[in-house]
Amino acid sequence: MATVTLTGIHKSYGKTEVIHGIDIDIADGELIVIVGPSGCGKSTLLRMVAGLETITSGDLLIDGARLNDAEPMDRNIAMVFQNYALYPHMSVADNMGYALKIARRPKGEIAERVQAAAKMLQLEPYLARKPRELSGGQRQRVAMGRAIVRDPAVFLFDEPLSNLDAKLRVQMRLEIKALQRKLGVTSLYVTHDQVEAMTLADRMIVMNAGVAEQIGTPLDVYERPATVFAAQFIGSPAMNVLPARAEGRVARLANGIGIETGTDASGDVLVGMRPEHMERDPDGPIALDIRMAEPLGANTLLHGSLAGIAQEIVVSLPGVHREDVMAGSARFRIAPEACHLFDAGTGRRL
Amino acid sequence: MEKRVTFKGIWLPILLVAPQVAVTGVFFFFPAGQAIWQSLFIPDPFGLSMQWVGLGNFEYLLGNSFYRASFLTTAIFSVSVTVVSMAIALYLAVLADRLIKGSGTYRTLLIWPYAVAPAVAGVLWLFMFNTRIGVVTWYLGQLGYDWNHVLNEAEAMGLVVLASSWGRISYNFLFFLAGLQAIPRSVIEAAAIDGARFWTRFRTIVWPLLSPVTFFLLVVNIVYAFFETFGVIHTITGGGPQQATTILVYKVYADGFVGQDLGSSAAQSVILLVVVGILTVIQFKYIERKVHY
Ligand SMILES: Nc1ncnc2c1ncn2[C@@H]1O[C@H](COP(=O)(O)OP(=O)(O)OP(=O)(O)O)[C@@H](O)[C@H]1O
Ligand SMILES: [Mg+2]
Repeated sequence: MATVTLTGIHKSYGKTEVIHGIDIDIADGELIVIVGPSGCGKSTLLRMVAGLETITSGDLLIDGARLNDAEPMDRNIAMVFQNYALYPHMSVADNMGYALKIARRPKGEIAERVQAAAKMLQLEPYLARKPRELSGGQRQRVAMGRAIVRDPAVFLFDEPLSNLDAKLRVQMRLEIKALQRKLGVTSLYVTHDQVEAMTLADRMIVMNAGVAEQIGTPLDVYERPATVFAAQFIGSPAMNVLPARAEGRVARLANGIGIETGTDASGDVLVGMRPEHMERDPDGPIALDIRMAEPLGANTLLHGSLAGIAQEIVVSLPGVHREDVMAGSARFRIAPEACHLFDAGTGRRL
Repeated sequence: MEKRVTFKGIWLPILLVAPQVAVTGVFFFFPAGQAIWQSLFIPDPFGLSMQWVGLGNFEYLLGNSFYRASFLTTAIFSVSVTVVSMAIALYLAVLADRLIKGSGTYRTLLIWPYAVAPAVAGVLWLFMFNTRIGVVTWYLGQLGYDWNHVLNEAEAMGLVVLASSWGRISYNFLFFLAGLQAIPRSVIEAAAIDGARFWTRFRTIVWPLLSPVTFFLLVVNIVYAFFETFGVIHTITGGGPQQATTILVYKVYADGFVGQDLGSSAAQSVILLVVVGILTVIQFKYIERKVHY
């Protein structure tokens, strides 16, 4: 049980800076998801917390103690690696009990705690096996078990589910969440999958190129994205973002169409509209030439374009649509409060 | 997935294997067969006639105290060479594995000794330890130690062990380094997070995962110490002082070519062959069980 505080964390490899200052206060028991595209520095940030990378500047506090220079073993953390990093020559039980054995706990206690964790993760039948005799999902559980048995102050996860198939990923995602709730251990979880981030996070850090674009609850980020990047990264399909000129509460697109935005602004802006917030309306201002439709069952995705604007626009309609919208043209509207306005220069929310 | 190549005819495969079989035949089976045949005879000193003695040569050898002493010498020598060269190589490989900058240079320098022929290496060490003009001898003299491997049996053994191990370190180093680098980084990191410090990590993770390499090197190095160290011993001590550095393979030479006792020499090489065969079988049977692949 612990709080974690990062202040002004920077990381440079030689002259190239890859993390440009991250600040966050993590409460006890909170699950923070670090999400962002490949190469944005998620793993680097996590590994700095773990003590596997040095912190170039800034402070890392766990429970108020500055641990920048502490060795990994002195931080009371547990980490689950993307490739699981199980000890190939040890049985499942030995893998899970390794940390306790190093800490010289009595044999009885080790066996007991391993047993308890194995029970929680349904690993009991496999305790005597070697990692190579397990399936991917089972190995993943062993890696989780190894972290749980330690009873650490902080859990660190680096894309723990990315080697699993889609179905197992959904199942494990729920299990991890339930487990984290139950144990109440402060956790940092890295993923590049925005759905995973939305479902798991108490709060998330949306990262881009070494910068935290936004830190907030999933719904916060979804409803009030702080930057264009956060707006487009979170939510699927991604938000439509079009350049426009703001005139008071109306944003005028390049082809002259005016969209009511509910935000007072002027000058060059970017208008963001989530595909699922666009509604069919015969009198709506947005007239789309629909090029293609993707019926997904629960909803239908329409890909089209606005007259005079090259950029593709995606609309997501609930349910199945077999009639006219599947081809040709249709008109749409969007509620002013569902529109997001961003500064065209900085990409920040207006 | 079938990765094997399948040949249609029979001639191409035969052709492809033939050179290897021919080499093995000419340089191994033929001389080995000859040795076995010769070991059953005593030739006269001029090589004009041979007298059948059956297992007489073997009987005589096993009853000979010099020959039995040579067994002990060989055991001490090969165990020392194997342990010394593997331990130093492992130590250097661990250092090189941790190194990020300049590891290329370091590696290249460490590999060079392997390119030096055993006899040349022997001469090199002989110069350094020469009782009159050797650099090391001189320094040892300054420190008050009187080095003389020509007279002192233990020193002679130490020197041939050192010289034989030296070239071997490179070879072992390469394998150990490759073995170390094949261990996933994240496994080591996981162990560090689990609380294991360097030495504990080495003992509980690195060493067990390295065991296939260690086992392989063990077999190869013992065979090396048995056979390929002839050049070093011949140049440095010539088997002396007395018999102190006469290992089995050197005795084969000394008795056969110097002593002209071809029958006994042949019998010795047969015994040597059997001993190495048994050693290898033992290693595979017992040590391999402790190896994690
Ligand atoms: N040892 C290193 N030396 C130099 N640059 C590095 C080093 N390690 C990482 N980087 C750089 O730091 C940046 C962040 O890397 P990091 O591994 O944290 O990305 P990531 O967000 O985890 O990506 P992914 O989702 O692909 O795992 C990358 O641009 C990478 O090239
Ligand atoms: Mg990563």
